[in-house]
Amino acid sequence: MSALARTLPIRAFDVAEIRMDFPILSRQVHGKPLVFLDSAASAQKPRAVLDAMTQAFECEYANVHRGAYWLSEKATTNYEAAREKVRAFINATSDSEIVFTKGATDAINLVAASYGRMVLKPGDEIVLTALEHHSNIVPWQLIAEQTGAVIKVVPINADGSVSVDRFADVICAKTRIVAVAHVSNVLGTVLPIELIAQLSHKVGAKLLVDGCQGIVHEQVDVQALGCDFYAFSGHKLYGPNAIGVLWARAELLAAMPPYQGGGEMIAIVTFEKSTWAEAPAKFEAGTPPIVPAIGLGAAIDYLNGIDRTAAAAHERDLLHYAMAELPKVPGVKLVGTAQNKASVQSFTMDGAHPHDLATVLDRSGVCVRAGHHCAQPLMDVLGVTATARASFGIYNTRGEVDALIVALHKAREVLQ
Amino acid sequence: MTALAQVEADDLKALYQELILDHGKNPRNARLVEHASCTAKGNNPLCGDRITVTARVNAAGVFEDVAAEGKGCAISIASASMMTEALKNLPVATGRQVFNAVQQLCTGKIDVAAAKAMLPATLNDEIEKLASLGGVKQFPVRVKCATLPWHTLLSCLDGQADATTEKV
Repeated sequence: MSALARTLPIRAFDVAEIRMDFPILSRQVHGKPLVFLDSAASAQKPRAVLDAMTQAFECEYANVHRGAYWLSEKATTNYEAAREKVRAFINATSDSEIVFTKGATDAINLVAASYGRMVLKPGDEIVLTALEHHSNIVPWQLIAEQTGAVIKVVPINADGSVSVDRFADVICAKTRIVAVAHVSNVLGTVLPIELIAQLSHKVGAKLLVDGCQGIVHEQVDVQALGCDFYAFSGHKLYGPNAIGVLWARAELLAAMPPYQGGGEMIAIVTFEKSTWAEAPAKFEAGTPPIVPAIGLGAAIDYLNGIDRTAAAAHERDLLHYAMAELPKVPGVKLVGTAQNKASVQSFTMDGAHPHDLATVLDRSGVCVRAGHHCAQPLMDVLGVTATARASFGIYNTRGEVDALIVALHKAREVLQ
Repeated sequence: MTALAQVEADDLKALYQELILDHGKNPRNARLVEHASCTAKGNNPLCGDRITVTARVNAAGVFEDVAAEGKGCAISIASASMMTEALKNLPVATGRQVFNAVQQLCTGKIDVAAAKAMLPATLNDEIEKLASLGGVKQFPVRVKCATLPWHTLLSCLDGQADATTEKV
């Protein structure tokens, strides 16, 4: 934990108090209180994040790692302090293992393009699961096409869970890279990362974890997880968008070639040849997302300032409440009921397309995601074209689950 | 109910009126046309809706048969169903004019009277029906749902295999 976070007292978890920290939650939409149940797509931001970013722009803004003047030095210090906050937050051994990217998609593309191109030979295998979203599928397809590698998919069970045995069936001596979600964005399933890491390492493969949803709901310790790469985005973690993180083991980053060329990532440039800076600078070509990184640091401070164990218990309570109440609405079926789940719940309603549902719910102020959730292959596996999805963050309440249920009854009336 | 809430409720009723729900649940001509002269698949990348439109146009340039099948929301399925009924036995050129009118109805650029004025009077009844799609004008993100089948038909006529809602 960073020095700053350690000095802040940890507040007891009180959802009413948490809600006061998020300015947007007091607004209305369509004349109704906002019921925001789409944090899995992008979470709302606490005042602390907004203030930190305003402060950075208003008082401490200049380009980083360049200026010989005080303001640039200050901006650099703030930017690098954010990197240290991320390191502590995920328990990485060194802040040189923290690469700032534009987002999680960018981080996965970085690994596919750099590490993938470095190690993959024709016939080598990349192992994914059937529940991945497009950003953990398409980068691997691109690199497979370029290298002649082959993609293998671990199937899921009917309840949305993934059995370790199925990984054991697919991972083999040809496997070079295993890339899986920590938590499914559609089903909420939590994957057994430690066990998948063991299976991957047994055959000499590296494990990338797409932590977009995972890091939001639980305290992540990358060393304990045992993975080799962990990618996540800032905007799902109550931080700003346009900032993401790739954590990778130092020895991997040292061996990997640059992903993009430009300023910041070089040591010496001549027209004959250039040499690269050390990681993480090697992977941060151009002016980085300075203020978004500072905003992410503020989001991490914010989370460190609340009782995250209690916050996780609160989210679990909302999930279990929703899982109990949703099926009481006639025609509503839950999609994704694995034992180990984060607070994300997909569902369908007989005779109502999720898109129509979302439109009617919106008029009650209730925001849910409807569609394929950027996971079309998973929709095919589930045998649906789309689902509706409610996802719960630290600021949601049982009262908001009730509002969703009331709105669903109304939707039934309108759509039947 | 507050005045605003009443407006919102009326908007929903206008969008999901009985005719739309009926066509959405029991789509007409939800099949493939035999001996089709054109086929195209439509795709809404936002929601994953997919639709296949087939048509048989005779030597005189008249729609002998139009059909649409696929998966989608009430709005896109109802629009497809109403389209297949409206266009049967119409000259292709008139069909294009109907599409033009529907598109403008859905974006709120014209009303029913203006739509009727654009087309032969014999189509008045069909325009009345198609005007029920105009409820989407209060729901900008749903306009693409209503126009997807029509765009698909158009790309089928123009000899393209696919359409996406990215062309609105």
